[in-house]
Amino acid sequence: MTTAPPPGSLLTAENLRKAYGPTLALDGADFSIHPGEVVAVMGPSGSGKSTLLHCLAGIVPPDSGTIMYDGQELSAMNDARRSALRRSEFGFVFQFGQLVPELTCVENVALPLRLNGRPRKEAERAALGWMERLEVDDLAKKRPGEVSGGQGQRVAVARSLVTDPRVLFADEPTGALDSLNGERVMELFTDAARSANAAVVLVTHEARVAAYSDREIVVRDGKSRDMERVV
Amino acid sequence: MSIGHTLLGLLESGPRHGYDLKRTFDEKFGHDRPLHYGQVYSTMSRLLKNGLVEVDGIEAGGGPERKRYAITEAGVTDVARWLATPETPEPYLQSTLYTKVVLALLTHRDAADLLDGQRSEHLRHMRALTERKRDGDLADQLICDHALFHLEADLRWLELTAARLDKLRQVVAP
Repeated sequence: MTTAPPPGSLLTAENLRKAYGPTLALDGADFSIHPGEVVAVMGPSGSGKSTLLHCLAGIVPPDSGTIMYDGQELSAMNDARRSALRRSEFGFVFQFGQLVPELTCVENVALPLRLNGRPRKEAERAALGWMERLEVDDLAKKRPGEVSGGQGQRVAVARSLVTDPRVLFADEPTGALDSLNGERVMELFTDAARSANAAVVLVTHEARVAAYSDREIVVRDGKSRDMERVV
Repeated sequence: MSIGHTLLGLLESGPRHGYDLKRTFDEKFGHDRPLHYGQVYSTMSRLLKNGLVEVDGIEAGGGPERKRYAITEAGVTDVARWLATPETPEPYLQSTLYTKVVLALLTHRDAADLLDGQRSEHLRHMRALTERKRDGDLADQLICDHALFHLEADLRWLELTAARLDKLRQVVAP
């Protein structure tokens, strides 16, 4: 069922449908998020929650439905414009495999700024600031292969924040970490995002991770359910 | 939780007045459910009667007399036995949640809705505990973790049940 998005939303989706061949991944999903809000997207494996994230982030175009970001229709943009938006306004954290092994940690964090044309020194200074915030500044000169899983994930979080994104997309960001490391990553991640007034779309199947969110939506069989708006 | 054993355990580190026992209990274990004075004094008189504590001294002041309690050898043995005995895990076999799900299926209501609502309620509690953990000390963190893991176990059951609703419907409401 499609309902009008709440006023003040930064990113909204209405009636999204997406099929991969005969498999319907999204079947009329809705979504909305405000600046500074952390929304957990939950649901069983194969329910369509990662597809929803990929559509919202402009990585995968939906077959039908509307995605509005800050007053612009994402689904109507061409590839180049969507890529530019992803680089400048969105940040991403995935479960693993995000850091470039040949680069040092600070170079990894600075990479999105370098891709946007910022000079190296300036980019690395900004990167170090975020690494301090994530308590991994002492790893600046190490390569990803020389740091632990939890440390590497904090480096990845610093990298997702370095461009001051307005929306952060996190897909199972602590999936490869133990409880203690996972919690610390979530604490630092949500604190940093909230203080930067960034919206966080957090895909997770772990309740303890979802507990760091402000509210949750549940995706089942490609349909979304906003638990706050249902009650 | 056995209040008697907990108060006995607190007395093992040294004699205390009833008020002091209540305050220490509340600080360490009674964050959500502080003890009533009546509970402390009724427990102490039971422990006195059973020879597990003794009156170590009485202070006379402006108000009523204040007894100071000390643990006895028998009390120390009792605490040791309690600490060494593993707690029986609660099996939760007849949980209210299970009953509700089965009844929803039997009465042709939307059991998935019920599970979604319950998940949301569990998450609301988990958010409050996570917040308390972030602001609390190590003791708070451990207490909240214990509650969080239990809620998480419930949630895993909810997810599994949600995935098996069709099968369960065939069994309970063919």
